Order: sequence, then C-alpha cells, then structure tokens
Amino acid sequence: MTSLAETFARLADEGRPALVGYLPAGFPDVATSIRAIEAMVECGVDIVEVGFPYSDPVMDGPVIQVAAQQALAGGVRTSDVFEVVRASAATGAATVVMTYWNPVEHYGVDRFAETLADVGGTGLITPDLIPEEAGAWTDAAAKHGLEQVFLVAPSSTDERLALTAKAASGFVYATSVMGVTGARAQTSSRAPELVGRLRGVTDKPIGVGLGVSNGDQAAEVGAYCDAVIVGSALVRCLLDVPADDGIAAVRALATDLRTGVERARTTAG
Amino acid sequence: MTPQPPSTLPDDVGHFGRFGGRFMPEALMAPLAELETAWREAMADDGFRAEFDDMLRTYANVPSPLYDAKRLSRAAGTRILLKREDLDHTGAHKIRNVLGQALLAKRIGKPRAIAETGAGQHGVASATACAYLDLECVVYMGELDTQRQALNVARMRMLGAEVVPVSTGSRTLKDAINEALRDWVTNVEHTSYLFGTAAGPHPFPAMVRDFARGIGDEAREQCLELTGSLPDAAVACVGGGSNAIGLFAGFLDDDAVRMVGYEAGGEGFDTGRHAATITAGEVGVLHGTRSFLLQDDDGQTIESHSISAGLDYPGVGPEHAYLADTGRVTYEPVTDDEAMAAFDLLCKTEGIIPAIESAHAVAGALRLADTLGPDATILVNLSGRGDKDVHTAAEYFGLLDEAPGEDA
Repeated sequence: MTSLAETFARLADEGRPALVGYLPAGFPDVATSIRAIEAMVECGVDIVEVGFPYSDPVMDGPVIQVAAQQALAGGVRTSDVFEVVRASAATGAATVVMTYWNPVEHYGVDRFAETLADVGGTGLITPDLIPEEAGAWTDAAAKHGLEQVFLVAPSSTDERLALTAKAASGFVYATSVMGVTGARAQTSSRAPELVGRLRGVTDKPIGVGLGVSNGDQAAEVGAYCDAVIVGSALVRCLLDVPADDGIAAVRALATDLRTGVERARTTAG
Repeated sequence: MTPQPPSTLPDDVGHFGRFGGRFMPEALMAPLAELETAWREAMADDGFRAEFDDMLRTYANVPSPLYDAKRLSRAAGTRILLKREDLDHTGAHKIRNVLGQALLAKRIGKPRAIAETGAGQHGVASATACAYLDLECVVYMGELDTQRQALNVARMRMLGAEVVPVSTGSRTLKDAINEALRDWVTNVEHTSYLFGTAAGPHPFPAMVRDFARGIGDEAREQCLELTGSLPDAAVACVGGGSNAIGLFAGFLDDDAVRMVGYEAGGEGFDTGRHAATITAGEVGVLHGTRSFLLQDDDGQTIESHSISAGLDYPGVGPEHAYLADTGRVTYEPVTDDEAMAAFDLLCKTEGIIPAIESAHAVAGALRLADTLGPDATILVNLSGRGDKDVHTAAEYFGLLDEAPGEDA
C-alpha cells in the first residue's frame, strides 16, 4: 500500500503537485473500471480516488450521478468496490475511496476500515461526513492505519477550516466552488483565496477539486495547491462510448492533465 | 444512557439520542449554522413570534377547529375528534411550517427560496408563502409526482413558482430533495431552503417541529375545552413526520396520552412495496440526518411505495426515530387498502374528503378504537384535505367514467 504521505513526500522532491484522478467503481462495469484506472495511472495519475456508487449522491453533478446510477443498475456491490481498490492499489498508486457515509456505516465502520486496509486502500474521502460526526471513523481509521480526508469549502469559516484541517490526514480537500461536481469552463477564482486561508491554519497538503477538466486548468490550479483533483471530466470519457474508446479517452486526458501538473510550478511564474 | 426528556431535545449539535445530526457537505455547514442562529434568535424575539402568529391567524386560518366527528365515532365505536388541519389555508398543516421558514428567510435577507415536494402540498404552501412574502420560489418535484399531482403543479405555477421536474433516481420525493440540496449548495448565498418535513440536517427537524407544534398545543387546549379532559390517544400519519411531530409535541409531557404514528404500509410488507420506515427500516444516514431508513444490504436507499405521494419517502424525521426508540410513541403500518377504506368511511360519514395521507391516520384510529373500547377519545390529526387526491381515489374506487373517445 502506498500512502498519501509517501506520495506527497515524493512529489515534494519532484517539485510538482499531485494529480488525483476519480473514477467510480463498476462504471460502466467492474472490469472496465479497473482497466480505466490502470490506464489513468499509466498515464501519470499519482493518487486514485475510487468512487463508491451511491443512490443519493447529493454532492455530485449529473455526470457522476449518471455513472453511479449505471453502476448500481449493473449490480455493483460493496465487494466490487473493494475489488477495484485492490486492483488500483496493485498499480502502486495511493488509492482512496470517495464515499458517502451511509454505505460505510451500514457495512460496519470498523469492518469497512479493516477490509479497506486489507485490499490496499489508504483512506477515505467523505463528502457528507464532517469531523464532528466522524468519531467512529476516526477511531477505525487510526486502528487500521488509514487516512481521513475531509472537505472544506469557500463558505467554511476560519474556525471550521482549522477544525477540519486538524482532523484530516493525507490531505485537506478544498472544494473550489460552491456547487456540485462537474467540469467547468473556467477554474474558480475563489479557490486561491480558500487555499491561502487554509495555508494559514495548516501545513498539511491541500488538494483542490471541482471543475478541473484539462491540462491548462491543472497547471493553473496546481500552481497554488499540492494536489489537483479531477473527476467528472475523466468519468465523462466513459459515458455512452464503447469501453476501448472510453479508455483511450481516459489515457489522452490523463496524459494532458499530467503535463499540466508538471508545468504547474513553472507557469506560475 | 438515560434518554433525555424529549422536550429538551435536540442537543446543541442536533442529536435526538443516537439520531439526527448533520451529515452534509462542508459547504453547507456555515449556512446551516447561520440558519440555526437566526432561528434561535427569531424564536426568542417577541416581535418575530407575534408576526408569525399574526400571519397564521389572519392569513392561514389558524387555529384550525377541533371537530367532534359523531357519525365517524358511531362507526368506529369510540369517540373520534378531528384536528382540522385540512381547513388551513392551502389545505394542509404545511402552511404553518412554511410561513415560519419563509418569514425567517426574509429576516436573514435571502430573496430566493427553494423547496422540494412530494404530493405537492409543501410545494403549494411554499409557493403561497413566497407570493405572500415576496420571495422568488423554485420547487423541485419528482417527475413521477408531477404526473400524479398535476393539479398541484398548476397551482404552484399560478402562484408564481417555477416547478422543476426531477428525472433522476426514483423520480419521487427523495430525488427532489437531492436536487434541491444541489441547488442550495450552489446558490446558498442568496437562497433559503424551505425544508418540507421534520427531517434533514440540524436545525431542520427541530425548527420544523417548532413551527408546526401549534397543531398539538391548540388541539390540547381545544380538547380540554370540548371534553374536559385530555384524549386517551393522539394519532397522526407519518411520512417524513412534520404533521405528526407537530401534534405529538403538544402531548409529549402528558404521560397518560398514548401516541401512535401510522406509516404507509403500501401494498404490504410481503410485497416489499411500502414506506414503513420505522417499522421495517434500519438505522442509517440520508439527507443529512441519522434515522431509520429503507435500505438494502449495501446501504443503498430502497425506493419506497405508497398510494399517497406525501408518505412516499424512505426516511423519517430523527425525532420520530428517537420517540420510537424510547417507546414514548409507537409506530405501525397502515396499508393502502386500509387507508382507502378509512378514506371512504370519512367521506360517507362526515362529508370530509381527506388527503390520503390523513386517511392513514383515520385508519389507524379505527384500529385503535377496537383496542381502547367505547369510552375512549381518540384525537386524529386530519393533516390535509383530499382535493389533490381526488383523481387517485376515483381511480382506486373505479369512479371515473371512461373519457369520450377512449379506446376509439
């Protein structure tokens, strides 16, 4: 298992931000989702977010929601998510699961942590779990050596930024806009301000997500944060296309994004 | 842990025992905190409360009467009193909560309001309150429900609201809430979310209860005045649970008053097509709160079913989960057929066409009457009128003439 801490330490030496790629487990089917993740890592993604398809993804926009619905309609189960994590971790990339809270709680918090660690996962990103409600997960994560990534938003108060950053491990996930997931034509002007506020309260790595969809945007965002997170744009590569075409599109996008993060610190000037 | 008396709940982070809380994106934490502060300050402000009470009295036809349903009582074999929330403006108890939340939106200074609706009652109430208080209004409604409740869609539009059909998921109330939450997280700076039931993240469950608790407080007083004593039982239908929590809040400290919430048993447990969340659900997290939830082995939400769109929700307010846990209130399912039999009886004996939601409560009261015997008094919250359900009921009872030209 490669941890987030190891990944960020390596990238600090390389002098560039991490590229984080999100794909849902089991979309369009389990085998293809594994192939897509492997392709993504081969083309330069450093950290994989395996999405746990969920029936009520309130934080997600239409692209990821449709993908989750298709995965669930195809019969994806919790066990499939773990299978995808195992395959992702086998690539050598640090692998985290992005999941809404109820599937974890229903599976059993400690049991989920134990299984996730067993299959090589390094932690969870929980879009609807805030530190105040995360006691059970914090205990289980500590027990099984897992990292917990919490989100902050432009609306977060300074007090909440400090509280959340303190509770987070691995990195702090800064949502760059007020809104749901989805590629956007322009990156957020609020993200640099949010990252700046976060830098004032934590030394932990900061990832920025929501809205990044190409290499230029990755370079722009990567100039001021430690990890550039891309989701919907990658998922869209696999929507309504034959599996091989979709994976080719994932390869092309991941390659573009990687060149973006590699020039992030130089283009920043 | 000894359960706290319900009247002191929730605690300061929104927990009712092991239920409730805030399971929402961080982006909504600041707005939820802002809302909670504004609500607490408003409720402590005599001016706000006076304005709210005045709106209820002069605009919403509140207090609603308590009606001694003598013919229904004869049929039931016990005395049944109906709290006539169907006579509130817009035809249901929903107007109380919505006027409270809309007034709060004005106080916070947010000019746009969003709401979700299942049967359309909350949507119509929201559109009404927004027209009355000059707020822009957008209502999210499952596509399936827009078809089942087409008249209410028209009503909302007449009142100036934009109705957005939601085509994701099960295309019902659950998905309308998801979509409304997405809107809120995107537009929260100038938008208030008028939440329709006593569920959702803190402070919604407590706030909705407090805006609706006039139902119980009035009924308690009216019952004492009419009968000289408290009822033996107070009953209500439970979907998300706003009318029920409003009624129960008035009687929680009266240990002698038995309370029962009637959930939608749909087509029966054996079919799996029901919405009996407390009776058949498991503890889980949905729409920002921990409560009982219909879910599968992987924690995915199961689509609920009820003949009543208003009860067709796979979750339930966390205070109900707590009251069930502590045993203070019992919850039982009523099937579609039982509810429709009670609907028919109430129409024929009293000349009152109830909402099908409310017919679940009437059916429960008829069942309870057999247990309590002829000397008991059962208070039923008749939460809404049946205009919106006439088409569904007419179809159920086979009362619709074939349209001319059909099958031509």
